[in-house]
Amino acid sequence: MKPPPFEYHAPRDLGAALQTLAEVRGKVLAGGQSLIPMLNMRLAAPEHLVDINRVAGLGGVERTEAGVRVGALTRHSELERAGVHPLLTKALKLVAHPVIRNRGTVVGSLVHADPAAELPAVLAVLDGSVRIARWEGSSPVERDVPAREFFVGPMESAVQPGELAVSAYFPSLGPRTGAAFEEVTRRHGDYALAGVCAVVTVNEDAHVTAARVACIGVGPVPVVVDVTDAGGQSAAHELDGDVAQLVQDRIEPEDDIHASASYRRHLVGVLTKRALRNAAREAETGGA
Amino acid sequence: MTTRLFGEPVPRREDPRLLTGNGRYLDDLGRDALAAAFVRSPHAHARIRDIDVGPALDVEGLVAIYTFEDLPERVGRPLPLLIPHPALTHGRTAYPLAKDVVRHVGEPVAMVVATDRYAAEDACALIEVDYEPLKPVVGLEEAVQGAQLVHEDVPGNVGAHLVQEVAGADGRGAREAIEASPHTLAFRLDIERSASMPLEGRGVYARWDGRDLRVYSSTQTSTSVRMAVAAALGLPLPQVEVIAPDVGGGFGVKIVHPWPEEILLPWAAMTLGREIKWTEDRREHFISSAHERGQVQYVRVGFDDDGRVLGLDVTILHDHGAYTPYGIIVPIVTSTQLLGPYKIGSYRVEFSAVYTNTVQVTPYRGAGRPQGVFCMERTMDKIAWHLGKDRTEVRAANFIQPGEFPYDQGMTFQDGRPLIYDSGDYPEMLRMIKELIGWDDFERAPGRGIGIGCYVEGTGVGPYEGGHVQVTSDGRVHVSTGLTSQGQGHETVFAQIAAAELGVPIERVSVVTGDTRRFGYAVGTFASRAAVVSGNAIALACRKVREKALRIAADALEADPSDLQITDGLVHVAGAPGASIPLSTVAVLSNPLRYAFDEEAAKATQFSGTASPDRPPVAEEEEPGLEGRDYYSPIRSTFAAGMHAAVVETDPDTAEIKVVRYAVVHDCGRLINPMIVEGQIHGGVAQGIGGALYERMAYDSHGQLVNASFMDFLMPYATEIPHIETDHLETPSPLNPLGIKGAGEAGVIPVSAVIASAIEDAEGIEIDRMPISPSDLFALRSTHHP
Repeated sequence: MKPPPFEYHAPRDLGAALQTLAEVRGKVLAGGQSLIPMLNMRLAAPEHLVDINRVAGLGGVERTEAGVRVGALTRHSELERAGVHPLLTKALKLVAHPVIRNRGTVVGSLVHADPAAELPAVLAVLDGSVRIARWEGSSPVERDVPAREFFVGPMESAVQPGELAVSAYFPSLGPRTGAAFEEVTRRHGDYALAGVCAVVTVNEDAHVTAARVACIGVGPVPVVVDVTDAGGQSAAHELDGDVAQLVQDRIEPEDDIHASASYRRHLVGVLTKRALRNAAREAETGGA
Repeated sequence: MTTRLFGEPVPRREDPRLLTGNGRYLDDLGRDALAAAFVRSPHAHARIRDIDVGPALDVEGLVAIYTFEDLPERVGRPLPLLIPHPALTHGRTAYPLAKDVVRHVGEPVAMVVATDRYAAEDACALIEVDYEPLKPVVGLEEAVQGAQLVHEDVPGNVGAHLVQEVAGADGRGAREAIEASPHTLAFRLDIERSASMPLEGRGVYARWDGRDLRVYSSTQTSTSVRMAVAAALGLPLPQVEVIAPDVGGGFGVKIVHPWPEEILLPWAAMTLGREIKWTEDRREHFISSAHERGQVQYVRVGFDDDGRVLGLDVTILHDHGAYTPYGIIVPIVTSTQLLGPYKIGSYRVEFSAVYTNTVQVTPYRGAGRPQGVFCMERTMDKIAWHLGKDRTEVRAANFIQPGEFPYDQGMTFQDGRPLIYDSGDYPEMLRMIKELIGWDDFERAPGRGIGIGCYVEGTGVGPYEGGHVQVTSDGRVHVSTGLTSQGQGHETVFAQIAAAELGVPIERVSVVTGDTRRFGYAVGTFASRAAVVSGNAIALACRKVREKALRIAADALEADPSDLQITDGLVHVAGAPGASIPLSTVAVLSNPLRYAFDEEAAKATQFSGTASPDRPPVAEEEEPGLEGRDYYSPIRSTFAAGMHAAVVETDPDTAEIKVVRYAVVHDCGRLINPMIVEGQIHGGVAQGIGGALYERMAYDSHGQLVNASFMDFLMPYATEIPHIETDHLETPSPLNPLGIKGAGEAGVIPVSAVIASAIEDAEGIEIDRMPISPSDLFALRSTHHP
C-alpha cells in the first residue's frame, strides 16, 4: 500500500497553483481523505500531485444574508464549528468521524462527488454553486457552476483537468424555512445506504409554499425532487405518503453488498417522510 | 500467602508502554532493512503460463525478484500440513510461491526485494504474469457438486469427511431416536465468513550474520516458527532464534505457520546477506492470510414434550478455502463443542471440509465454536417455539447437572483426548443470567426482543507449556515462558502468579514471552490456553524456586524450612519477624562465587564465611542459582462456560437493529485478574457483534473479494457496541494446580446465537442465517408479511 511515484508540487499562491495545474494537469491534494487512500491502494496513479494546502486565500467562511461562501481549504470541522448555516451544520455532523472532519475539506467532498456523500446533496437541494478557476493565457479565469450542472456522475464533477474548485456557495434557507437531513448508515459515520435532505418553507398559515428534497446513495448524483406541488399547499404536518412515492419514483437505487435496491427504495420513502416532517416542524417554529 | 495478588484487578502492566506509543512492533524494527513485497494473484483460479520480470528490472532500488523456479528444492516444498488427521484424506497446502496454479486471489506468485517498500511495490506492478484463467469454485453448496475442482486430484472438493456418533443410553443412534421422537424439526443454517483482523497484520524481519539466523515475526508461536524455519532452510536449530516482539493482536490467524513469508524472508536474507523486512498491509491481510466461520448446517432434531432432546443429527459443510494448513481443527471443534452444556440423548454429526477458490480457513477466536453454538442454540429456540415454552425452560431441561461432573460427552476433542467436562454449574449460571438481564420481567413489545445463548468451551489444550523463574541477586524475579503475547495481559497475570507464589512485590517481577533465546520449548498462544498452561507451569516453577529459597534461608537462619514464610521479598520465621533474610541475599547465597562484582556478591565468595567448609560449595543434586524451571502438561482440556443474554430493538420502518443491552455470566474457574477477564469478554463480545450484525467476506461469483478494505468490511466501532454487563461464577477446575480455565475466546462464542434469538423474539421471524443486516431483515419482513 505505497503509492506509485508522482511529482509533488506545493504552490504558495493561487496564480502559481493554477499555472501548475494548467501545465501538468495533476490531481489536487487538499484534505486527502479520499485521494491518499486511492493513491496508496494504487487505484489512482497521477503523475503530478498539486498540494494546495499552502495556497494563501483559499480558506475561510464568508457569510452574508444571502448565503455562505466556503473556501477550498475550509475543513469540515471548521465549518461545523462556525455554525453559519443550519442545514450545513446538520449535514456536517453526519460526515464520517471527527478525525476525518478535521482534515477533509468541504469543497473537496463536493469535487469528489461521491453519490452517497452528504454535502453534494446540501449544495443540490439549496441550488448552490461551485466556483472553478483555471489559468488562461496570462491570468486566472473563474466560472460559477450551479449544483445541477456540477454533479456529472458518480465520482465525477464538472471540474476539468487543469481546473481548481476555489470555493462553494450555499444559499441561505430564508424566512419560515426549515431543513432536515435524515440518513441510514451501517455504522456510525459510514457513507449512507440512503439519505434524504429536505428544505421546507411555510407561509403564515403554516401551509407549505415550497418543499424540495435531495436524496443520496440512490442515483449517480444527488437526486433533487421539488415536491411543493405534490404537497398541494397542505398543512406542513400533512406532507406524507404521496410525496414519498413521488420521490421513490425518481431515484435509481442499485444493489450492492451492503443493501438491496428495494431496501434503499424503501428507505428513501421512510426518510423522505421523516425529513419533510422535521423540516416542516422547524419551519413552523420560525425557521432555522 | 500474605501478598494478595491472585484474584485482584491489578492494572495491566503493559498498558503504559503500549498505550503511549512505546510498544515495539515488527515494523518498528529493522529500519535499515531491505523491504519485500509480493506479486499476488488477481485471479481466484488460474494456470500460470509465464512470468516476465523483465519490465521490472529497471526500477531504481530493485535488489532481487524471486519466483517459484528460483527457490531451492527444500525451500520450494509445499508448506507443512500442521495437524494431520486420519479423516483429512485429501489435505493440501500451498507452495511458498505459486507453482503452476493459483487457487485464490491473493496467493503469492513472486517476491520482490528492494531498498524500500515503495520501490518494491513499483517493481511488483511491472512484473507481467501471463495467466490462463480457470473456472473458480465459490460457495459451499456449489463446491460439493464437484463440477469444478479446486485441486485436480480432490474429487468433489472434499478434503475431509468425518462422522462421529454417540448413541443414547438405550443404544439407539441419533437417526433412529429422532424417528421415534414425539416431535421432530428439520432446518438449514448458514454462517458467513469473517476473519481475525488484528490491528497489526503479519510481518517478518530476518537477519543473517553469516552463521546465525535471527527472525522476528508477528506470530502466536515463536518456538514452532523456529523449528519450521530451521527445517525448511536446513539449519541446525541452535543457529536459529525467533522472537515475537510486541504483537498487535492475533485472534488465531498468527498461530498458522510457517507462512510463506516466514520461510522466504529468512531464505532471501541468507541468500543476499542482507536484512529484509516485510510488513503485511491491510489488503494483503484480507486476501492472503486466513478467514473463518463459513459453514452451512443441516439439522434434524427429535424431542419430547418437555423439550428434552432425544436425538440430534447435524450435517456440516465447512468452507476450508483453498488449503488446509491447520488441518480440520475448526470443523472438529464445531462438531464437538456444539453439544454445549447439554446432555443430548443421542448425537450424530458429520462434516465435510470443502475446498473453494477463496482464502484458506484456519482458526479465528472461537475457532468453530460460534458455529456450533449457533446450531445448538437455534435448535433450543426452535424447540421452545414449537412447544410454546419459555426458551430458558427448554435449556434447563437439557442441562448437565452439577453432580454429574466429570461428564463424558463420549466424543474425541480437538486435542485427540476424550471430551470430558471437568466442572461447572449450568443451572446456577442460568439463574444468574436470567437475573442479570431481567428475563422473567422482560416487557416484550413489537420491535423489542430478548435472546439467550449458552456455551461450553474447551480451553487450555495441551500438550504442554513451561515456565522459567529466576531470582537475581538484586532481588528481581525474571519469569519467562515460551508462548507468545498479542496484548492479552500476560505480563500482568503471569507476574501476579509469580508474585503470589513467591511472596514478592509485583513491581519486582518481569515477564518475557515468545523469545526462543529465553525459553525454547513451547506450543503457542491459542485455544484460550496461555493462562491455564503457562500460568500453571510458571506457578510450578515458582514453587521449585520457593522450595530452594526456603532451604537456603533455613540453613542461613538455622531454622526449619517448614517454619519459614516469604513476605514482601523477605524470608522470615513465622511469628518471629526479627529472624529474616531478603530473597536477594538468598539468591546471592545460592550461587557460590569466586569473584565478587559488588558488595552483595562478596557474600558468596570463598572467604566470606557463609558456606560450610564440610560440603562442596554446590551440594550434590543442587545447581547454582536461585531459579526453577517446570512444565505443566494437562491430562486434557478444562471446560469453561458462559451464558449471554441481550435485548435488541428493531426499527419498524428502517429495519435497523440496535443491541440495547448485553449481559454475560462467565465461568473460567478461579479468576487470576477479574479486570483482564472482563476486558477479554468485552473484546470478544465486540467481535461477536461484528460477526452477528456487520462482518462478512463478500466473494463474487468470480472469486473476487469485493470488500477487501475497512471501507467495506464493516467491523463495529465503539458506537455499535453497547455497555456490557458481566457477572462471574467460579467453579475451579480440578485438573490444574491453580484451578483455572481459559477465558480468551469466551466473549465471542455465543454472540451470533444470542442476537439471532433476540431478533427472532422481536420480529416473530425465524433467523437462520448470520450475519443479519437491516437490508436482510427488510427482505425477511417482506417475505413473511408481504
